[in-house]
Parts: sequence; C-alpha cells; structure tokens
Amino acid sequence: MKHRDAVIIGAGPAGLAAAVEIAKAGGQVTLLDENNKPGGQLFKQIHKFFGSSEHLAGTRGYNIGLQLLENTKALGVEVILDAPVHGIYHDRVVSFSHKGKEQSIDAQKIILATGASENTLAFPGSTLPGVMGAGAAQTMINVHQVLPGKKILMVGSGNVGLIVTYQLLQAGANVLALIEAAPQIGGYGVHAAKIRRAGVPILISHTIKEVWGNDEVEGALVTQIDKNWQPVPHTEKSFDIDTICIAVGLSPLTELAWLAGCRFTYIPRLGGHIPIHNSDMETTVPGIYVAGDITGVEEASSAMEEGRLAGIACAQALGLYDAKRALILKDQVWDRLNALRTGPFGEGRRQAKEELLNVL
Amino acid sequence: MNEGVKYTGVPAQTELEAVPGTPSLERLEKGPVAFIECVQEIPCNPCEKACPFGAITIGESITNLPTLNEEKCTGCGVCMSACPGLAIFIIDLSYSKETGLVEFPYEYYPLPKIGDIVPCGNRSGKYLVEGKVLKVKNNKKMDHTATITVEIPKNYCLEVRTICRIKEGLKDV
Amino acid sequence: MRIVNHPILGKDTDSQWVTINVDGKILQAKKGEPIAAALLAAGIRKFRITAKEGNPRGIFCGIGRCTDCIMTVNGQPNIRTCITLVEEGMVIENQQGLGKWSDSK
Repeated sequence: MKHRDAVIIGAGPAGLAAAVEIAKAGGQVTLLDENNKPGGQLFKQIHKFFGSSEHLAGTRGYNIGLQLLENTKALGVEVILDAPVHGIYHDRVVSFSHKGKEQSIDAQKIILATGASENTLAFPGSTLPGVMGAGAAQTMINVHQVLPGKKILMVGSGNVGLIVTYQLLQAGANVLALIEAAPQIGGYGVHAAKIRRAGVPILISHTIKEVWGNDEVEGALVTQIDKNWQPVPHTEKSFDIDTICIAVGLSPLTELAWLAGCRFTYIPRLGGHIPIHNSDMETTVPGIYVAGDITGVEEASSAMEEGRLAGIACAQALGLYDAKRALILKDQVWDRLNALRTGPFGEGRRQAKEELLNVL
Repeated sequence: MNEGVKYTGVPAQTELEAVPGTPSLERLEKGPVAFIECVQEIPCNPCEKACPFGAITIGESITNLPTLNEEKCTGCGVCMSACPGLAIFIIDLSYSKETGLVEFPYEYYPLPKIGDIVPCGNRSGKYLVEGKVLKVKNNKKMDHTATITVEIPKNYCLEVRTICRIKEGLKDV
Repeated sequence: MRIVNHPILGKDTDSQWVTINVDGKILQAKKGEPIAAALLAAGIRKFRITAKEGNPRGIFCGIGRCTDCIMTVNGQPNIRTCITLVEEGMVIENQQGLGKWSDSK
C-alpha cells in the first residue's frame, strides 16, 4: 500500500490551499477528488473576488483557481481525479475507487475538504424539469457555456442568488425577478445593486406558491408573505418563465467525517451538523482535519484560508515545522480569517465559528 | 416600503450622503471625481491599492468603508474596474454648460460604440434619458470590466448609472 | 442554447465536437462536456420519467449528488448525466422508471 504524509479529500479551494501548504513545508501530499477536474466550484466563479488586495481580491475566481493549480503542480502534489473516496479506516487508511479499481493509501494525516451542496425547496411543481440549483445553473453558463433557460426566476437573495442572477444576465438570459422570503436582502448590497441597475426587480417577503408546466416549467405563482411567513391575500403575481433557480443556502458535505467517527455539533448558522474541531482544524479523531465549507458554509476566500490553516497544522504535526514557526504562520492566517469575518455580514459567522471552537 | 440597499438593492440617498466615499457637491462641480457607492462594511479593499493618487483609504480593517480624498482624486477612473462590487462611478459636472459626463463599469455584451446614442438608466435600471457614448475603455488590465462614458444633460448626472438593458417593460418595485 | 460570445469568458472557438445519439436523434456535443450540458444546449430538459408517478425529471444539482438527472447511457441505466462526459458515438436514452440493463451489457 502507498504511504503518504497527507491525503486531502476534495480539490476545491480549501483542499488545494491545504495541499500547497503541506507541500511547501516538504510534505508528500496526495489530493483526491471525485470530479474529473480539480478546482471544486472555483472555476465557475467568474466574478472578481472580495477580500484583501494582498490576497488576490479583485482577481476573478477562475484565475485564482488556475494559480492554485499551478502552485500544486510546481510543488509536486499528486492529484488523483475521478476518485470518489468510500472508506476511511481507524488506522487512517483512505480507500477510493479509480478507473474501475479499488485503491488505498495509508495516510499519516487526512484533511477532509469536501465542500457543501445546495439546499432544495419544496413547492407544488418543484420537481419539474427547469427547476434547478442556482449553482448548477452557474456551472452550466460559466463552465460549459450553455444556457439552462431564457426566462428565469431566481429564488433567494444571498450572495449566490445575487451573483448567479448577474451571471445569467451576462450569459444572455433574462431574469424576470429575484424573490426572497426574508424581509431583507441576504447578500452584499453591491451585488444587489448590480442586478437592480440591470432592471431585475428584487421582491423581499415573497415566496413561490406554485410552479406549473406540461413536462417542463412554464410559469410560476409568487406571493407576498407576512412577518409570520404566511401568504398575504391578493398579492399573487404570475411569471411567464421557463426556469427557476433555487439559491436557498448550502449544507456541508459531511459523510466522510461521520464515517471516520468524528464527533459533531449542530449549528444552524453554519449550515447544520458540523464536525467539531480545534483551532488547528483537527477533529475529535486524531490526525483527521477539516477545512472549507465542511466546517460551516462560508465562501471561497475563507475556505482557502482554512485550508492553509489545516495544512500548516498538519505540517507541524508531521514535524516539518517547529512550534514557533508554525505559530507565526498560523497567526497570519487567523488575522486574515478574522478580517474576512468582520462587519455586518461576517460577525454572525465569526460568532458561530467561535461557538464551534468552544465545543471542545 | 422600506428604503435602502438592504430592502431594495438600491442605496438610498440618505445612505449615500452618510458614507465617506461620496464627494461633496462643490467638488463635483469642479470636474471629474469618483463617486463610491459602497455603503456596507464588507471585507474588501482593492480600490485602495488601485488608486494611483492615494485618494482612497480603507485602512487596517478591510471592512472599513472607503474614504475618498476628493482633493487628491483626479477622476482618472482606474478604481472603477478594480472594484469587485462595480460600485464606483466617475461624475464630471464641468463638461459643458448643459451636459455632464457619467462613467460606469459595464460587463455585458454588446458593448456600445463611440458616438452611439444609448438609453441611460438609474440605479434601479429605469430609463431616464438618452446619452451619447464618448468613451469605451476595455484594456487588458481591466480584466473584462469595461467602462463607458456617456454625455447626458447635467441634471441627470447624479442619477444615471448604466445603459438600460431593457428599455421597456420595467416594473418599479 | 450555447453561449457563443461572453463578456468575461470571450468567444468559444477551439472546441472539438463529438456525435451522440439521444433517443434516436443525432446531436453534436462538445468534447469534454457532461451529457447534461449537451442536452440542455440542444433544448432537451426532460431526462427521465419516475417509476411510481410517471413524472418528468431533469437536472437539479449539477454536481452528482441528487441523481435527478440519471439516464440510460450505452445500455446502462442510472448514469448521472451531470458528471458523465460525452463520448463519440454515445447512445443516450430517456430513462423510464428504474431503467433496464440492455442485453449486450
């Protein structure tokens, strides 16, 4: 069996950043991903990233992805694609299938960077073809350059809903409206302002009542809701549409952490059940670390920072960094993470993350 | 109806007046200047580094709102395509007696051509007035965030922020 | 519908094409794209019919999690079309219910 210093599962922003850190410290790393391309959801992010200009803010997401890939390549990180992991054993053996064969790697350290998946929303007609995740639509337009529809209704005003609406417009679709059940817009005002300038109405305190169509989405009925989330009579509006994009949050993909026996806690603000971990991102199972959306749904910039943190901590645990050096590097990452988690949008996440760290 | 960017996606006049990125009326009348419509404390600071004249300050905490030094600002517009939120505009109220210029970021196709007469819209995409395209910038450094300068009647300069993508059929909400 | 010219991504010029067979219809698909993308590009959104209620389904998550987009591909049912790439000569069928394995497999 192959032995490696570290096996990282998930080649998205967190996993790639973690791999770079361990490899930089001199560790031998294998990165596994079930997809046929690395990058996770980074390559569909065609907008310029927020954050600090010292750390690639202002650069479009896919270009950040390309830089991370170049770094992993230059540092000799082994990347195995088409490799869904199906087993993690107590002695830290990772099993996966690849090219029709079962393979295993004996890892000293494991980092789970499996990301998150989109939530669904149930309403009459919600299973009709044409109702799809906003992230799925984003993949179609920005990665495959295919429009999933022409007349679209977006549901959800978090940053995903706002950004995908904008990108659907850029791709040439018409977004008739964005609706949001909460009494205010969830994502950044600047993202909302972009789609308003483009003429897309944003309807807060509105939800979908029903969707109809013969085999495919043909229309939707939307209603205003009151502060108890009940429909307000005579406020219904109908939309002539062919596609509905659902952007109502994400849930961490935690199956492998459950499988490995990690202890969990439930924090709704972070997206549900989250593996408990310490400030080095190590879970309750020694040698198994977590990074990115699996530790609570945020965005790509903080996922990369968490990946770096887990990578540095692994390198330290492997003896590649002494405690003093590791502390300096980790402090730098914490400063950047805390900066991303301030302000009216970041403060709630920061408190939830603190709550998570305090479980131990 | 609640006003403001949290409820409508459009920054309210009171919100714009309260932030340190909004230039004074005296400065606006003197000539081209940046109008930074960034009213929420989000973690972002590329505008600070982008300005070649040091006219935009965010400071130590990257969630600080950008502060415009309106004396240092020349209205060059470099900050516009550096802003990931596309929230910076260049306004020139000194262009002529009757008209002024508004320059804004624009990431859609087709791009207009110089000399085109285009429908100009406000912050909620509502058509206000026709404008004449004077400049279209889209160099490599801007990384596909083009900027467009339109000449419009002066009294629309504080309202026009885009080319209308859909001229008819907009419902105000 | 394919996006031929995009303000950020530019023109899609250097694609190579393969031929696929979808329910007897011959379609051009872009080499390296998932089956679901090729189908959406051709305006096909109904991928299968559910076993119990006979309701139509199409793509939902696009990342291989939800299995709403499964179809019968080269005689093998339950193939996740959002993460399975097109290949020259691929035979893709709208899946009826749980699907059937073809005799050749």
